[in-house]
Amino acid sequence: MDLIAFVVDGLLIGFVYGIAAMGLTLIWGVMNVINLSHGPIIALGSFGVYLLFTNLGLNPYLSLVVVAVAGLATGMFIYFVAIQRVINAPHLSTLLATFSVNMIIIGLGTAAFTTTPYTVNFSLGGLSAGPVTVLGTRVVAALAAILVTSALYLFLYRTRLGKFVRAVANNRAAAELMGIPSSRILALSFGLGTMLAAIAGGLIATFFPFTILSGGTYELKSFVISVLGGLGNPLGALAGGLVLGTIEGIIPKYLPTTWVPVLEFLMFIIILLVRPTGLFGAKK
Amino acid sequence: MNNWRNPGIWLILAAIVLVSLWPVFTQRPATREVIFTVLLSIALASSLNIILGYTGYVSFGHIVFFGLGGYVGLFLMSALGVSLWLAILAGGMAAALLAFLLGKAILRLRGAYFALATIGVNEAMRAFINNFKPFGGPIGISLNFGVYNDYGGATQALWLTYYTLIALTIAGILLSYLVKTSKFGLGLMAVREDEDAAEVMGVITPDAKTWAYVLSAVIPGMVGVLFYFKNGNIEPGDAFRLHFSIELLVMVMLGGFGTVLGPILGAAGYQRLRGFLLTSPLFKDIQLSVAGVLLLVIILFIPAGAVGWLRHRFPVLRKVMP
Repeated sequence: MDLIAFVVDGLLIGFVYGIAAMGLTLIWGVMNVINLSHGPIIALGSFGVYLLFTNLGLNPYLSLVVVAVAGLATGMFIYFVAIQRVINAPHLSTLLATFSVNMIIIGLGTAAFTTTPYTVNFSLGGLSAGPVTVLGTRVVAALAAILVTSALYLFLYRTRLGKFVRAVANNRAAAELMGIPSSRILALSFGLGTMLAAIAGGLIATFFPFTILSGGTYELKSFVISVLGGLGNPLGALAGGLVLGTIEGIIPKYLPTTWVPVLEFLMFIIILLVRPTGLFGAKK
Repeated sequence: MNNWRNPGIWLILAAIVLVSLWPVFTQRPATREVIFTVLLSIALASSLNIILGYTGYVSFGHIVFFGLGGYVGLFLMSALGVSLWLAILAGGMAAALLAFLLGKAILRLRGAYFALATIGVNEAMRAFINNFKPFGGPIGISLNFGVYNDYGGATQALWLTYYTLIALTIAGILLSYLVKTSKFGLGLMAVREDEDAAEVMGVITPDAKTWAYVLSAVIPGMVGVLFYFKNGNIEPGDAFRLHFSIELLVMVMLGGFGTVLGPILGAAGYQRLRGFLLTSPLFKDIQLSVAGVLLLVIILFIPAGAVGWLRHRFPVLRKVMP
């Protein structure tokens, strides 16, 4: 029966992966940029929660709100400094521009925090249902992920600003002709993507140890998930996150854990080859 | 052939030979180590430039060929007792074979999808070798110290690898130059500008792209064997470090992609800069950030790189800067 426990555990983490991937896929969908600074931002989110919790004693979930706002601001800042000038250039330019942001954050982060692992000393105990026991922090993280996803969809489909974002994603030139300030909308989208990464990082901090470099792993997972769910499709990303989380939960039962990344990346390449639009359809 | 009339390529080769013979005359191992790193970067960056600069496909995981070559070479040397030369050939062939198979599969993907797939290939390879028992799993392969005795002892072997690297670097630069000046290279550059138009004009794009990928993989595979022979051991985490892959992209961008001279200048400049930042007391802790800021400034303001900028600014130079 412990298979169920594995699956539940994987699913719950899958929600958090999904949030991280959603940020990546949103940025791709709206602006056709693969954000290589995604990983360090996830790590910064973890450190944000850590610093607020350890130094100010702020509840991690309250800290998450602060981290989210800071993430939005950081993302918009990054957009205006590093991306705006190259948004229409070939992919290589935006890839390297976001990678240089990655280098800057990791360089400063390593100087400030070194690379020894940090943990947030916070626990909500465990929840038991029959044979399955899960950590309270993971349940709350999954709930938070659902909340964030709903909020994102309400924003995208029920507000005027969200409509603008969708319009720019659909056809930037036409959106501009309709009087939408596309540059500001792009900045907002990048900010939202960064915000999602920071939230994911903050949630991760409540149950895994982290360093400034650990974001890299989640960034790679986000790539896999985004492609799985269809690049540019946020809800697909959440679903992809659940799929990946479940797979990560099940594989260790049958194979040594070290095989997990092999299968993940093989799956990634195969999906890119056979069905580049992902399992749930990509943005057209 | 017309190819050989260009003074630029001879100037480049002469400069490379002069610089790399410097430590031979002074007999100083420290200088040799510095130049070894620079030559290694030049060979890798020039190779990457064939697929990245000429063909316009961003290979993010190019280091996979370097690592695979190293693994195949060291495995042959330690398990079968093969000589270094055969191992280098085998490493190059293994890399070329992987590139050929990958080329058939993932070069169908365009733009960002291809870039993502190459990251996936690198990570999958790393994770797989981590579990692959014949290659030592997570521990990797270590060469028995006795191996160096066949090459006149450890000190002599270091010099030998250095000379071999000079030869491989020159081979890499020549390959890059020949591709660029050939009709085949013209086809690649047509693909870079507009793949559909190139196809209409009679370039068989799937074949051209695959061969460009294979050519860009051979030298990294061979250099990989040499590097890990010198190193004495190879581990999965080291061999397939995505970060090094991206550093290569930075070098190509820094010097100017799509030119023969660009990756050479970029690689030398980047390694010198890195050496400076690592030893400077002011920037030591944040060297990565400083490099990041520099990269950003280049991407934003001189996207054509140093050589591209010069060629654009002084058209006279186009004749001597291939």
